[in-house]
Amino acid sequence: MTLVATGVALPHRLDPTNLSLTGGQLVALVGPNGGGKTSLLRALAGVEEAAGVVRMNGEEVAKLGEARRRRLLAFLPASRDLGWPIAARDVIALGLGASDEARIAELIELLELGALADRPINRLSTGERTRVLLARAMAARPRLLLLDEPFANLEPYWVLRLSAILRDLAKRGTLVMVALHDLHQLDRFDRALLIANGAIQMDEAPADLIASERFEEIFRISAAPGGWMIRPADRRSSP
Amino acid sequence: MRLFIAVLMVGLAALHLLWPLAPLQLDAELGRTLLVELRLPRTLIVIGYGAALGISGAAIQALFANPLASPDISGASSGAALGAVLGGYWLGFSQPLALAACGAAGAGAAMMMLLVLAGRRADSATLLLAGLAISLAAGAATSLALALAPSPFAFYDAFDWLMGSVVDRSLGQALAALAPAGIACGLLLRRAHALDLFALGEDVAASLGHRPRRLAREIIGLSAIAVGAFVAVAGAIGFVGLVAPVLARRLTRGHPGRAMIPAALIGAILLTLADLAVRTIPLDRPLPIGVLTALFGTPLFLYLIVTMRRSVTS
Repeated sequence: MTLVATGVALPHRLDPTNLSLTGGQLVALVGPNGGGKTSLLRALAGVEEAAGVVRMNGEEVAKLGEARRRRLLAFLPASRDLGWPIAARDVIALGLGASDEARIAELIELLELGALADRPINRLSTGERTRVLLARAMAARPRLLLLDEPFANLEPYWVLRLSAILRDLAKRGTLVMVALHDLHQLDRFDRALLIANGAIQMDEAPADLIASERFEEIFRISAAPGGWMIRPADRRSSP
Repeated sequence: MRLFIAVLMVGLAALHLLWPLAPLQLDAELGRTLLVELRLPRTLIVIGYGAALGISGAAIQALFANPLASPDISGASSGAALGAVLGGYWLGFSQPLALAACGAAGAGAAMMMLLVLAGRRADSATLLLAGLAISLAAGAATSLALALAPSPFAFYDAFDWLMGSVVDRSLGQALAALAPAGIACGLLLRRAHALDLFALGEDVAASLGHRPRRLAREIIGLSAIAVGAFVAVAGAIGFVGLVAPVLARRLTRGHPGRAMIPAALIGAILLTLADLAVRTIPLDRPLPIGVLTALFGTPLFLYLIVTMRRSVTS
């Protein structure tokens, strides 16, 4: 699977961006708040009518209908709020398009949703809803997963489980792109895009990215024993 | 359950058309005339209007992702009433199809205003306030138009009709509402799947190739035609468009789009029952059907608000 974006742009949020990625890898999108991570995901997912062209395996995504898009890509938005009290099981079915009880049961098993499956999704906690919506996104076995902050609100067990699940998907050829803030997650990824000021600033292996000076400049932090600290130059005294 | 509702619907329709049995006991010619000229239009309007309110109510609720949205709360009904009153003054009340068009235009204008004021996915408070403002403004403008009525007869005609009445409508009037509303409802039903996907959020639906803005305009335009056409013929009838979709979603496991067909059946049943009650209650002057639906609809509406508040606070 190949994903090729040419001149993809959103007014005031994303400068014209070129990107070429192949399936089978986990790609992290990191960057400061408002830098353009979500905008890039939204433009690639076709949520907004962006300038430029996104092609998957040569097919122009914007011209494809629902059935084809389901097989190609899925997008998990950052918001986990759904308006209607639909059962978790039915939310997954909506992601599938056609009824396939075996696949739904498989996903319920994979994301350990058995006890939640028949409860209305808006009665679940944010972390539980995230798992249901991930199952929805994965349901039709799309070749490209665009996930906005999938690890937010997950308990430690699920952070680890989800990493393993995403790695399995990548091994089977899926391209997984994840916007994230928690830099501790970075070492699980194959490749990291640093996005700031509406443009991709760096595209490196995670370890090289973190070690670079440009990374420290943009994030205004530097590596410290066991984590991160604000760079001396960026420290502010409290009033 | 759905079969039961469909059977109930057909049974009620037959009951509404044939009961009381007087026409059948008259001589054949007179009985036939009575049935076709008097009973049939009323039955058609009651069933069609109820179904149109159910479908458009379900579609509007799905669009705004809010069970409080509906033709009446959104100001569509009062907008349609204003449109039809103005159209009636200008064009006369004798051209049903033109009146239906004016009603649809009024409803469409009101709902476009709601969309601009509240936006899609508005919270309940914004939605209700914006809808209330539009309803009040349209109501005041209608009152003004009535006050400036060219003659007292025009005033009484318009007033009676505003309260929602299905009495003494001709077959032509019934068809003038049924034809455009039927087409609009058919087109709304074709959007059931898209509206179900919108339950996953606008962004997810858009990533699957649906266009939220276009869908919003389509839903509003089609609902305006469906509701406006009937308001122009039978006046504004409240609460059916609010209550029917709420009941219908209990049959569709909460899915808002596929609730449109059950909502149509339930809306038609509710309005048929209300009209049967109107015909049965012995009063000197027939009760406008809109008064009856409001009497029964208000408690249900209040119940809905209370349960929504509970689910938010708990």
